Amino acid sequence: MAFASKSPWVIHYDASSCNGCDIEVLATLCPGYDAERFGVINTGNPKHADIFLVTGSVNERNIKVIQEIYDQMLEPKVVVACGCCACTGGVFHDCYNVLGGVDKAIPVDVYAPGCAVRPETIIDAVVAGVAALDEKSKALKAKKKEA
Amino acid sequence: MGQHTVIPFGPQHPVLPEPLHLDLVVEDEKVIEAIPQIGFVHRGLEKLTETRDYNAFIYIAERICGICAFGHSLGYAETVEKLMGVQVPERGEYLRVIMHELSRVHSHLLWLGLAADAFGYESLFMHCWRLRERILDLFEKTTGGRVILSAVVVGGMVRDQDAQMLRYIQDKLEGIREDYAQICKAFLNDNSVRNRLCGVGYISPDDARALGMVGPFGRASNVACDLRQYGNGAYGKLSDFQQILSTDGDCFGRAKVRAEEVLQSIDIINELIATIPDGPVSVPVKGNVPAGAQASNVLEQPRGECYYYALGNGTKFLERMRMRTPTSVNLAGMATALKGCDLADVNMIVLTIDPCISCTER
Repeated sequence: MAFASKSPWVIHYDASSCNGCDIEVLATLCPGYDAERFGVINTGNPKHADIFLVTGSVNERNIKVIQEIYDQMLEPKVVVACGCCACTGGVFHDCYNVLGGVDKAIPVDVYAPGCAVRPETIIDAVVAGVAALDEKSKALKAKKKEA
Repeated sequence: MGQHTVIPFGPQHPVLPEPLHLDLVVEDEKVIEAIPQIGFVHRGLEKLTETRDYNAFIYIAERICGICAFGHSLGYAETVEKLMGVQVPERGEYLRVIMHELSRVHSHLLWLGLAADAFGYESLFMHCWRLRERILDLFEKTTGGRVILSAVVVGGMVRDQDAQMLRYIQDKLEGIREDYAQICKAFLNDNSVRNRLCGVGYISPDDARALGMVGPFGRASNVACDLRQYGNGAYGKLSDFQQILSTDGDCFGRAKVRAEEVLQSIDIINELIATIPDGPVSVPVKGNVPAGAQASNVLEQPRGECYYYALGNGTKFLERMRMRTPTSVNLAGMATALKGCDLADVNMIVLTIDPCISCTER
């Protein structure tokens, strides 16, 4: 599974972000920051993705969507919470329809803070996510050997 | 007569930029009806006025939407200023409009890029976003933020920009204008773009009026709905303002209107920088909001008319804050445009209203 960490494919879902982090995630993949030079490719299909970038907080309606996308992704997989809202709920933490950060719905591996999260932070978070991906794939391999 | 099938579309879909759900009723490859469902981004921001005072709420107002962030903070600040009877200094008004037009350039470039991506022209998408980065650099240089600027306070602007910085903005915009001319040429003259956009999702001017369409979406169907013509704030100081209209009414018309508005915004910025007066940029606003005082305000956002309403209750907290955003109005137009289109054109038509779901649901 070493290829996954050499060229991680990311899927992005805008949970209930204000679009600020959302467009910064896209800007990271576009000229200027160009994460594609590190092999990071954006995909719309959860079954192709290794890293799940979630922006925005979780609410009653989208919690099922986030869980569904996470369940559709194949192991090993890493979740990166992009932005303050995805980490903790951010400025919206006391809104009546906000349950909190993404970790209320699915396990999160890397937290990338910022409002809006800066592209440099996203690249750092993806690099940290790749390390986590490597570890997970090693653990998966060891488990297979045992079996 | 084929069989009707319902295809669920979104909220997560490879071609969909925003979390919007559509139930597409299709017969063969034709869409018979599109039923939008929203609620995936609803947070309940209007209720936060109960726990944030009117000065603190501006940071929430800015985070209604990250693309028109500056516009929302501006619209909110203007509403509260009306409520409190505050007059913003002239230089502050000029700076606000300069920044607002810059964010319109950034928003339209973003849209043009996403549109190019939607019709499969990826290199054009990348070029649009490359150009947009240069606008974001200007934001970063003047305010410190890339998308969330926090540049407006109730009563004016957070800080002044000196003549050198304004000169710098002008120089950068001239460079952007040159590169933009090439992108514009690709959008307006390229055969493959025309083949993909012309005649797709047509809405007649009468329908557009009946559906209450606003913004570039309405202007592409020849509805003269640009609020900048009424000259609120520093818009009144412009020597001439002609809104950009198109009679095409299709996806190509919508792309054309936005493409031309970028150049118009650059002209507005240049004119305002040339005539900006000296003086302070803000006045302090203190005290409680009078009980029962009401104020409403409209602002031309990049996506169209946005309406704000505020009601005071005698404390520092607003009794009610209400916004009506352009996308919530345009969803009706979108559902109409989708009727009878090809399934393959759905993402193109959804995109041409420039949907901003986080504005709509707040």
